[in-house]
Order: sequence, then C-alpha cells, then structure tokens
Amino acid sequence: MLNRQQAPDFKQVSTINFIHPEKKALDNGVPVFTIYSGEQDLVRIEFIFENVNWKFEKPLQAIAVSALINNGTNKLSAKEIAEQIDFYGAFFQTEYVQDQSSVTLYTLNKHLHSVLPIVKDVLSESQFPQHELDIYIQNQKQKLQVNLKKNDVLSRKEFAHALFGDTAYGVNIQAGHYDALKREDLIEYFKAAYAPNNCTIIVSGKFDDASFNLLNDAFGQDWEKSNAVKNSFNFTSTKKQFVYTEKPEALQSAIRIGQLAINRKHEDFSGLQILNTVLGGYFGSRLMNNIREDKGYTYGIGSGISSLQQAGYLFIATEVGADVCSAALTEIYKEIEILKNELVGEEELDLVRNYMLGSMLGSLENVFSHADKFKNIYFAGLDYDYYSKYIEKVKTITAEELLALANKYLTTDSFTEVVIGKK
Amino acid sequence: MVDFNRFTLANGLKVLVHEDATTPMAVLNILYDVGARDEDPEKTGFAHLFEHLMFGGSVNIPNYDEPLQRVGGENNAFTSNDITNYYITLPAENIETAFWLESDRMLSLAFSEKSLDTQRNVVSEEFKQRYLNQPYGDVWLKLRPLAYKKHSYRWATIGKELSHIENATMDDVKAFFKKHYTPQNAILVVGGNVKTEEVKKLAEKWFEPIPAGEKYSRDLVQEEPQTEARQETVKANVPLNAIYMAFKMPGRLNQDYYAFDLLSDILSRGQSSRLYNSLLKEQKLFSDINAYISSSLDPGLFIVEGKLVEGITTETAEKAIWSELEKLKAELVADNELTKVKNKVESVLVFSEMSLLDKAMNLAYYELLGDAALLNQETEEFLKVKAEDIKRISNETFQPNSSSTLYYLTEENA
Repeated sequence: MLNRQQAPDFKQVSTINFIHPEKKALDNGVPVFTIYSGEQDLVRIEFIFENVNWKFEKPLQAIAVSALINNGTNKLSAKEIAEQIDFYGAFFQTEYVQDQSSVTLYTLNKHLHSVLPIVKDVLSESQFPQHELDIYIQNQKQKLQVNLKKNDVLSRKEFAHALFGDTAYGVNIQAGHYDALKREDLIEYFKAAYAPNNCTIIVSGKFDDASFNLLNDAFGQDWEKSNAVKNSFNFTSTKKQFVYTEKPEALQSAIRIGQLAINRKHEDFSGLQILNTVLGGYFGSRLMNNIREDKGYTYGIGSGISSLQQAGYLFIATEVGADVCSAALTEIYKEIEILKNELVGEEELDLVRNYMLGSMLGSLENVFSHADKFKNIYFAGLDYDYYSKYIEKVKTITAEELLALANKYLTTDSFTEVVIGKK
Repeated sequence: MVDFNRFTLANGLKVLVHEDATTPMAVLNILYDVGARDEDPEKTGFAHLFEHLMFGGSVNIPNYDEPLQRVGGENNAFTSNDITNYYITLPAENIETAFWLESDRMLSLAFSEKSLDTQRNVVSEEFKQRYLNQPYGDVWLKLRPLAYKKHSYRWATIGKELSHIENATMDDVKAFFKKHYTPQNAILVVGGNVKTEEVKKLAEKWFEPIPAGEKYSRDLVQEEPQTEARQETVKANVPLNAIYMAFKMPGRLNQDYYAFDLLSDILSRGQSSRLYNSLLKEQKLFSDINAYISSSLDPGLFIVEGKLVEGITTETAEKAIWSELEKLKAELVADNELTKVKNKVESVLVFSEMSLLDKAMNLAYYELLGDAALLNQETEEFLKVKAEDIKRISNETFQPNSSSTLYYLTEENA
C-alpha cells in the first residue's frame, strides 16, 4: 500500500559543474572568453564596456548612448540597421547597468557572417542623429511621467538616491536631465566608452575557430582606442533616515528598507547570501511566511543583496495594503530582530542549504547561464574558487555564524526606510 | 526539435516525457484544462484564486512548498483565461518528490479554512498591486467587457471585481476541485535528465491510483459576430492619453492563427516594424505603440495600443492607426518584409529550446491543442503563410464594425 504521508528519499546536490571559458584575444588585444556548447546552432556575443568619465551634471550620457547606439551610422539609418538585423532573425540588445554598458547579439550560426559587420558598424561608427535624439528625449520624458505614477518605481529611486547620492548608482533622474541632453555629449561618451581598450567580449554557444576569425576580422582592427577613466565612487554608511512620500489615493504602499553592505569580493558575502535567503530570499522565507502566508498583507515580499563593483547593499522590498503598512513594517523589523537574537533551527537551516544548492544547480540551465556565472566572478576580479567556497559555505555554515552575520550586517539603527503611499 | 514519448494512465491522465541528458535538472509540469473562461459569471477570479489554494496543503501533505525546497526544488504556477499550469524544477535525482507532491494534490486538497482566508487576502493584494494601483493597470478590466458581450472572456483572470474573491466560500472551492482537477482534465509533462521507463513507473505508482473522476465537458456560450463599432472613454489619474483598439480574430486552432501572428509582427515586432517607424518615428504621434494577439483557444483579440505624444489629439492618432491598417488591406506585404518576420519567428523557436521549462510547458500546451507533435511543425506552418493571406485576414479583421476602442484619457483631457 502506498504511503502518501511518507516523503520519498532524496539526496543533497553533491557536485555542481561549471563550464570554464576559453580565453583568446583579438588582434587589437580585446579579450574574448568563450563558453562553448554545440547543442544548438546559435550563439550569443556580448560586448561589455565599463562605464566611464562620470559627470554628475550629465547623468544620462551613458544611458542615452546605450539606448541610441543603433540609431544611425554613416552608412545605415536606424531603420536600416533594425531591418537588417531582423531580416537575419538576429537580436540586437543594448543594456545599461550601474557599472557597465553592453551590446549583445543573438544569432543563428548561419547568419553570423551577415550580422557581425552591422554590429561593427554600430559599435565604431554610430552617429546619434539629432532627430533621433529629439524623439528619444520626448518619449523618455513621457515614460518617466508614467513611471513616476508607480509607487514601487518611486521607492527604488528614493532608496538608491538615499544610499548613493548623485553618483551613477543613485542619481534621481528627472525630466530636466533629458531636456539637457546634447548630441555632442553622446558622441563624446560614445568615443570614450565604446573603444577596444574598454571592451570585453563574452561568447556563449556554438562558436568555432572560423567564427572567431569572423569576429577578429570585424573587431580586431580599425577600431579606435580611447582614453577613458573608469567610474570610481566612495560611499560611507549613513545614519538612520526616513523617506516618506504620501499618496493619499494609494491602495497599497511601496516599502523599501535597507542599507549599504558588502559586495561579492568580501569574505562574508556567501554567508550573507545564506542569511538573506533565510530572511526573504525564497518563497519559504521568514518574511514570506509571516507577511504573505500568515498575515495576507501582500502579494509578495522579498529581500536581496546586490553586489556592485564599488559597493554592495541589502534591501527588503514589498507592496502592502495601505491600511496595513505600519503593521507590515513592524513585522519586518520583528523578523530581523529574531535573526539577531535566536539561532536558526537545524531543520530550517538544512532546508535552506538544500534549496540553495538546488537553486545553484538549476541556475546553470544552459550555456548562456554558464557565461553569466563567469561574468559574475570575472568582473569582480574573482575566479572559480569563489563558487567552490560558496558551495562549501552553504553546506557547512552554522547557526552561530548566521547569528553573528545578522548582528554585523542587519544594523537597523542605520537603515534607510522608504515608504511611498500611506502609513 | 523537442523529442518526446507519450503514454496514458488507466485513469485518463496523459503523460509526456522529454529526455534531455544535457542538464542535471528535471521539470515536472502539469497543465489543468481549466481557466477563467470556465467560471461562473457571479464568481469570477475563481480559477486563479484556486491556483493559490493548491499551495495550501493537500490531503496527506500539510505543506506543499517546504518538502520541495528541502530537496532543492522550486515551483510556481500561472492561470490564464484558458488554462492553469503548475511547474516544478528540481535536481533530477530527486524527481520522485515532485511526483509525490503533485499527485497528492491531484488526489485531494486539505481544504484548510486558514489557507482560504489568507489567500483571499493575498489575491486581493495582487488585484490591487497589478490592476488597481498602477497607471493603466485596469485596461483589461475595461477592454474585455467592451469586446466580449456573451463569452466568458469578458472578464480577466483576476476577476471582475474584488468582491467576487472576498466572497469565495469553501463549498465553492470543493466543487471547483471536483469538477476540474481530475486526471482526465490534466496533462503531465516530465522533462530533463530522466528516462521514460523510470517516469512511467513513477507515474503508475503515484498518479494511477487517483480516481478518474468525471470528464468535464465544456459548453461555453460563444460570442455572436460583432456588427457595431464599440467605444468607451475612461478618465483616470494617468499622465498620458492612450488608445486601445481590439479586433476579433479566430481562435488558436484556426489555420489562420499563424498569419495573424506574423501580421502582428509586421506591425510591431521591434524597431523595423511598421507602427514603430511610421507612427512613432516618422509622424511622432505616439511615444509607445504595439500590436499583439491574445492567442486564446476560443476566438481572440487582435490588439493595437499606444500612448499619445502630448498635444496630439485622439482623432489624429486613431486615424493614423487606421491608415496603417488600411495599407495592409489594400497592398500585399513585400516579399522581403514577410521573409523578415518569418526568419525572426524561426529564430525565436530555436532560442526557445534553450530552456527546459519552456520546452515542457510547450509540450503540455500543444498536447492540449490536440497533439504535442504540433510543436515541432510550427516553423513549417509559419513558412506556409503567403502575402495574400496577410491581405485577406487584414480585410476580414480590420473593420470598424468589429472594432472595440477604449480611449484612456488623463483627467484634464476628458
């Protein structure tokens, strides 16, 4: 007779294999890291540029360049670039994040030779036509107006600004910043940042020697170098601060609280990730159990730690019914206090260990995810030892270590607390 | 190409297996053939609320999430107007835990009052977070009842109103479970680092003892052909005027589905598309413009939506949309343009095979459509579409008398 009350046997994940990249360089020295897989006839090529030359009075330079880089070269108009990329079924994506700007090409192998020259043209000859900039400014200002009506967006902006001030990590973008954008500023930034000496190429997928030669032919020469200074910021922890924006008509309030913390380079980082998981890092976390599953105050609540190149921070974020906002805050602080005063039980800690190991294994789904794992360590100046140590830490951390980490890093006396809505 | 094996258990549960030895993970995906379209008009939002209750413990297992997390797994689910889909990903060597959990909640739920109380609140907060407390968040709550008068697509999966969720009772929950959550109404897909023989043994062990239940036979009131242009104006605390136009189109199983999908791509896929170039870049009428299809099983909607540039009147903006639609009715799409959207679709299908979960979900969905093997014939179906088809369906579809237009205006503009 089948006993349905008895859980089947299971095993803790024992080994996790990471595919390490092969390193090569183009003729002009641009490093190329390739994570190879022959499973599908496709490839992803990422051109990653460090953000440079930060000027707080022109906070949109890098962002606008990233958005407009494919909007016209000497040879091709914005429409022609898009038509050609689309014709070959390829995808051209640009992304700006706090530390880097990237241009990513996804293509089937059979079209690589056709699309690479278009990408080269864009990366070396982009022109930022004035009429495209005008449309961008108008439409971004409209999007900003919509976003400023969203409490969760406002809470993110206020929180980042409270922690990081007028740096690339924290600047609070307003409509006036868009109005101030000048074509010359974009061209200046483009020349400084999108240069071979500021570029790292990460390739994942089916990419053989012939493909490398195509890449080298396109990007290994005729690409002007620059003198750019990588962004550098220093942050000091702030005192307790409250940011409250009242929205009388709000049905829900957006809450975001937290503070500066460590980044991936710090030896405590893995331990802090485990602590974060217990607190609010997965569906079974203490915050979810208490504030969603027990009290029903919210559709979701979570905590996270974010590793930037020159800072790290931890946060707890949720949107809760406006009438229960204060009660939710009380419960959040209560959960933190428990972590600082009581040992995590062995059963819960075992669950979190197994969950995190399974989650790490599952996050290596395909060749793209292996490349993403490599980027995490490479750009933090780390190597694959980082993952070995992480896995070891997940398997062996003690409740006492977690208690000590909670007391060291969850110092609510210096938290920044942002509430948008009603208290 | 997504390979699979297929068998049916004695109680009617269909099982598909996709073996993929390149991953150490496994996926267990289960699709229940029930969605918001199957709801009582007075108890809308129920299929989705029920999805939440599926995580509130089952007859033999008090907590669903915890044992799964303990073996390194994760799960989630979604509800649409047509289906409810649950999925688990976990290390393949622990796959039996997924069978244990998933079969127990198909057998019977715990029906705990506490869980119902909590999830009513959680879903009410979800309603607020996603639909009411967002600019333009309630568009679909307005557009559906404008476009549909008879069919149950006239309400959104979250429900018509908060009160329907707040009033849900345990008797409703039990009746819904009995009617829809039977082996005969489900499709199970197991994928990843598994073997078909092993999956068959586990399925027979955990799922086959579940009683077959009664087969739910769907008999929905179908929409009558629309013969008048419908319009509605909404005034809200939003910064920009917006237009949403909905046209009737055939359901997912109609042969023209592929042509409609390509038609929406021609209009709005990416920066080379027609609406983006003509209305946003050249005429500068919209700051945001999109066209897409609802892809529903019963006759669906072809949507064109955009946010207007400040100072542009809705008349001007709407006229410009119509002029793009008229072009499609009058002129054949050029070969290059049609090839472009076909190439893009081909590429998207290849890239979608990078994700084990997507493969498993797709197999389940295509099996619901009639045959999982259809998934592997998609590219061919898209390649068959001709410029004449695009012109024909444009003429059939883009008629003022079968359009429903929602003007979503700022308070100053109304």
